[in-house]
Amino acid sequence: MVKKGPIFSFFALIIVLGIIIGFAVNPIIHRVNLGLDLKGGFEVLYQVKPLKAGQKIDSDTMSNAVAAINKRINVLGVSEPNISIENGNRIRVQLPGVKNEKRARQLLSTTAKLEFRDYKDRLMMDGSDLKPGKAKVAFDEMNKPMVTLQLKDPEKFANVTKKISSYPSIPNRDNVLVIWMDYKKGDSYQKEVGKKNHKFISDPSVTSELNTSDVQITGSFTMQEATTLKDLLNSGSLPVRMDEIYSTSVGAQFGQDSMKETIYAGALAIAAIMLFMLAFYRLGGLIANITLVIYMAIVMGVFVGLQAVLTLPGIAAMILGIGMAVDANIITLERIKDELRGGKSVLSAFKAGNHRALPTVVDANLTTIIAAAVLFVLGVSAVKGFAVMLLISNVVTFLTSVYGARLLLGLLVHSRVLNDHPWLLGVKRRDIRGNE
Amino acid sequence: MEMNDKMNYKHYNKFYDHFDFMKYRNVFFTLSAVLILLGIVSLFVFKLNLGIDFSSGTRVDVQSNQPISIEKVDQAFRAMHYDPERPVISGTHKNIATVRINKELNQHQIAAVKSKIKDQFGIEPNVSTVSPQVGRDLAKNGIFALILASIGIIIYVWIRFEFLQGLTAVLALIHDAFFIVTVFSLFHIEVDILIIPAILTIVGYSINDTIVTFDRVRENLKLSRRRLSTIEEIGEIVNLSIRETLTRSINTVLTVLLPVILLMIFGSESIRTFTLALFVGLITGVYSSICIACPLWAVMKVRYLDRRKKKRTVQTQAE
Repeated sequence: MVKKGPIFSFFALIIVLGIIIGFAVNPIIHRVNLGLDLKGGFEVLYQVKPLKAGQKIDSDTMSNAVAAINKRINVLGVSEPNISIENGNRIRVQLPGVKNEKRARQLLSTTAKLEFRDYKDRLMMDGSDLKPGKAKVAFDEMNKPMVTLQLKDPEKFANVTKKISSYPSIPNRDNVLVIWMDYKKGDSYQKEVGKKNHKFISDPSVTSELNTSDVQITGSFTMQEATTLKDLLNSGSLPVRMDEIYSTSVGAQFGQDSMKETIYAGALAIAAIMLFMLAFYRLGGLIANITLVIYMAIVMGVFVGLQAVLTLPGIAAMILGIGMAVDANIITLERIKDELRGGKSVLSAFKAGNHRALPTVVDANLTTIIAAAVLFVLGVSAVKGFAVMLLISNVVTFLTSVYGARLLLGLLVHSRVLNDHPWLLGVKRRDIRGNE
Repeated sequence: MEMNDKMNYKHYNKFYDHFDFMKYRNVFFTLSAVLILLGIVSLFVFKLNLGIDFSSGTRVDVQSNQPISIEKVDQAFRAMHYDPERPVISGTHKNIATVRINKELNQHQIAAVKSKIKDQFGIEPNVSTVSPQVGRDLAKNGIFALILASIGIIIYVWIRFEFLQGLTAVLALIHDAFFIVTVFSLFHIEVDILIIPAILTIVGYSINDTIVTFDRVRENLKLSRRRLSTIEEIGEIVNLSIRETLTRSINTVLTVLLPVILLMIFGSESIRTFTLALFVGLITGVYSSICIACPLWAVMKVRYLDRRKKKRTVQTQAE
């Protein structure tokens, strides 16, 4: 006697799940954050060092530095930047999908301390005299790019220009206001002025007192240089020095190719696993495959929901996770087969098999979760992405491969279609006790 | 109720049904001892081919739309006054070359290398630099993670099973992790940061196999309801448990091995180290669970029981 109710529920459940997954797939895939090893981009680890002797690097300094870096990254328009403090004195910056790496790197690590000095390198004014956020790119009468600034106090500028214009010596040589970016001790205007690639930004000559708050920096800027300077001035100077101690950059094409290859391999792997399960466990395998599809959808959904970043090792973890999810199915199905061979009815074999397989699956997955949790806590960048994926996979496995598969197979078992057809679960009739 | 259930499995004939895993335990132990010795010697003689992640320097992955020759890459770098170590060509179309330079390039040099290589080979290369300090930290961090994970697993297995099983499970784990390192050292394969997640995955995975088998051992011990004390008696339980779980062990390793092999063949070049380490680890993982962890536990358990018995005898005599 076949009961129709459970069979109806079985197909209804599968159709509903199919529809949900069908609708969810597209939005999920479009919301996946790709890591820089898939998208191209770069990652730099900076060692933070004091700017001047005696400056302490504490958590305040670090968070100020991170804030300054954040401002600069906003300028770059990177969609998924990731900045983290490590070891208390290192900052890791990840910029996936950044277009102009050279500019980005320069923008990040320049201290951006603007200083106005005279011809003998005496400090006249510095960045703190500027109105914050008011730097702009403009064009001079030759249509060349320049940067305009606004000063807080026009009187101070008047004093400075008065002093400089009054230096009694060779015009155009000593009456200069030298604009420096990141002036270091030992730099000297006299040494630099003759060089073609001088370190200072520009050295306009000042011939009279200027009572204004608007300052223009003209130099032989390209448009890009002018924009970079403007951005640096607007985002403020860094409170610390940052040295690159680790960096990795991935070309966009490289990343795309890696992703394509890995997804291709993954698709093949999924197909191979599904075929294997079908061949070995028949109907049990089919149900395992259905739960596998649900598993993949949930894992991706959770991954996207957590706004985790998908890296190459992450994809590998997901493919590996599929193998492990199937493991839960295998453990249960093997148990059910054992019980069937022992001569139990399909219903009691199903019950006993599930009951006895559960502790095994729990133990096996919990130990993997321990390893993944350790990786998550201690790992950095790409390794962390791997750990997140491994953790999610393991938890979702319980949901789909244990409970999902139990529910689906249970419906079929209760419908009694499996009675007298042990081959549907991969058991030969002659292997059943009492049937020799 | 389950008393006669034990007989079910015996009834079902498989080709390994009469294989005596316990009988060959000394062969397995010797084999593993030889492999571990080989690994130690190899680490002293060949050392490990550490990638820049664990040392320092610069690594450039050059990619092109056409096959790349070593000479061309070499020339390109010499033209920029760098001294590249012999480039390694990879990729299905021999279109990827990996170059190491023993110097950490600064950000300006990296920018220059990137644009020059892009001009010459058509595709923007990958460039990574690592300073010695970071390399050391990564290696330390990795070993620390491995130790921490091992301790966590011992404690878990100790709570769920018994201490001796936790101990042998972890010994089998270390065996697997060490064998991965041995293979990398013997064949002089470059070790990069991804070997750490690979080893930890194997740790998590290989423990799976061991746990599943121990789980059955525990169950069969309960079912047997006899006081077991000799190596023959405990060995019989171990043999039975291994046989009962062997189909599952083989099938599972196949389903995980399949993706790993496919990733190794078709997957990205950047995770080759990772998949290779997994491949080696998966195979030794099954071997160590079945042929090392279980027999070793049986031997240790019998010794422990013997010692306890002697102690008791001594106590009774003293009274």
